[in-house]
Amino acid sequence: MIALWVVLGIIVIVIIFFVANYNGLVRFRNQRENAWAQIDVQLKRRYDLIPNLVETVKGYMEHERETLESVTNARNLAQQAPSGDVGARSKAEGELSSALARLLVVVENYPDLKANQNFLALQEELTSTENKISFARQYYNDAVLRLNNKIQMFPSNLVAAITGFKLGEFFEITVAEEREAPKVSFA
Amino acid sequence: MMWEQIRSNRIRSLVLTAAMGMLLLAIGYFLGLYFLDSPIVGLVIALALWIIMSLVAYFQGDGIFLALSKARKIDRDDHPRLYNIVEEMKIASGLEKMPDIYIIDDQALNAFATGRDPNKAAIAVTSGLLQKLNRDELQGVIAHEISHVVNRDVLLMVMCGVLLGSIVILAFIGTRMLFFSGMTGGRRSSRSSGGGGGQAQIIILVVALVLMILAPIAAQLIYFAISRKREYLADASGALYTRYPEGLASALEKIAASTKPLQSANQATAPMYIMNPFRKEGMAASNLSSTHPPISERIRILRSMGGASFADYNRAYGETHRGGGILPASAVASAGAVGLRGAAAEVSPLEPEPDAVGRTRETSDLIWRLNQYKTIDCDCGDKLKIPPKFKGSSVRCPHCGRVHQIK
Repeated sequence: MIALWVVLGIIVIVIIFFVANYNGLVRFRNQRENAWAQIDVQLKRRYDLIPNLVETVKGYMEHERETLESVTNARNLAQQAPSGDVGARSKAEGELSSALARLLVVVENYPDLKANQNFLALQEELTSTENKISFARQYYNDAVLRLNNKIQMFPSNLVAAITGFKLGEFFEITVAEEREAPKVSFA
Repeated sequence: MMWEQIRSNRIRSLVLTAAMGMLLLAIGYFLGLYFLDSPIVGLVIALALWIIMSLVAYFQGDGIFLALSKARKIDRDDHPRLYNIVEEMKIASGLEKMPDIYIIDDQALNAFATGRDPNKAAIAVTSGLLQKLNRDELQGVIAHEISHVVNRDVLLMVMCGVLLGSIVILAFIGTRMLFFSGMTGGRRSSRSSGGGGGQAQIIILVVALVLMILAPIAAQLIYFAISRKREYLADASGALYTRYPEGLASALEKIAASTKPLQSANQATAPMYIMNPFRKEGMAASNLSSTHPPISERIRILRSMGGASFADYNRAYGETHRGGGILPASAVASAGAVGLRGAAAEVSPLEPEPDAVGRTRETSDLIWRLNQYKTIDCDCGDKLKIPPKFKGSSVRCPHCGRVHQIK
């Protein structure tokens, strides 16, 4: 009789343990997905802002056709990247960030443009969107870290293995300029 | 990480609310026993007072508080930079819904957050704050306020405040009743007990008196202790969200240097602000009866963090307090190293941020607009402000004499 109760008790404890860990895993996975959606919103916002920016800037910058084209191209490429593929997405967004950074540096040479109200408003929007992307990325990476810890650490790793949770992928945007040395040509 | 803190915050709120609630019920019990000859009636009165005040605070608290501080709600277009900063911090903190943004037309530098749950939050800043702080500093302040929302501090402080209020009210009434019944020398309940009950009555009287005097003080100390702890935690979370503790530190420095008192604050609402609106200069570091930690100390901790994680904050706190941390152990242990970022101007040198003069103009324009003034840009460069009560259909520019039609 006592043995039966002991066995029953152990089964109940195992079930409770399993449910608690499973729910924890699901909560962290949902947090990761929610964080990913947040990044997505901001990236889309950036896609929407870029045509406006190019349109505003075009009239002032006759000699920067190449810079403008590279921004537009990078935007289109980023938009085409599969939205669920974190690795491909972060690479394409990195390219777009560098193209935008190049454009904004060139703007310094056009004082007329910097006095344009429309451009100033766009610039605040763009800067803030860049900030929001980086804050969303920060929150997303924290969520991925929490999820991965839960999946890999004992004892929740047992539950994760049985129920098939996948590790999350970090979203790293590397702006090309930050790593490459400037190219100097003596031609 | 964050939700572990929320959980520990919930448990702590429960324990402290229970402790303060016991205090309140004890007062009710003894008042009932002494005056009404029925402890149950006293208990019921105390309980009813508590419940009614809690319900009012829970459902109407935000509105009452915002109305008391004369805050006005603004939209994205009224102040895009402030809106963007709040949205950035909403994203960084993982808050689900965008809080409402309010402006208080006051030259004092202060800010607060309200909202019983994170989905009904509001953040209010004074117009003085918008004028004096740059983007990084404003971001630090907003991050601090958002942390109060995310950490569920607002509900905790409101509920504790209500309990404190109930205790003070009951104790006030109780001491007056004891005083006046002592003056007339009689008690209504003497009929119930025989001659032998006299000693018991005296004991009850003494207990009731002691309780009446000590309970409000004890409740206030509990309240202040919780409040100070929540301020440190909000500073730590703010640094974590922005990855830039210097922003908040520098904002606190500017706020501390400003001596203008906030017109619309009072003692009950003081703990809600980022800075105690009634602070006196040269406040002692270990002041028990203060809702906020000394500002110089908060700045020193933020500046000696070296990283942006909770562990960094806890270590910095320990250094200024000879060991001993301030944050819950679970929060400190959970996260790895978190690096800092540069100032906004370094990260993006083209940030179109107005200087102090530009900010002042921008803010005063906002206040004019909120007060329903119409603005007309005159060709001579003047800006005419037309009050809402102005009845005429045209106005002459006092500077150059051009006549403008009012639409």
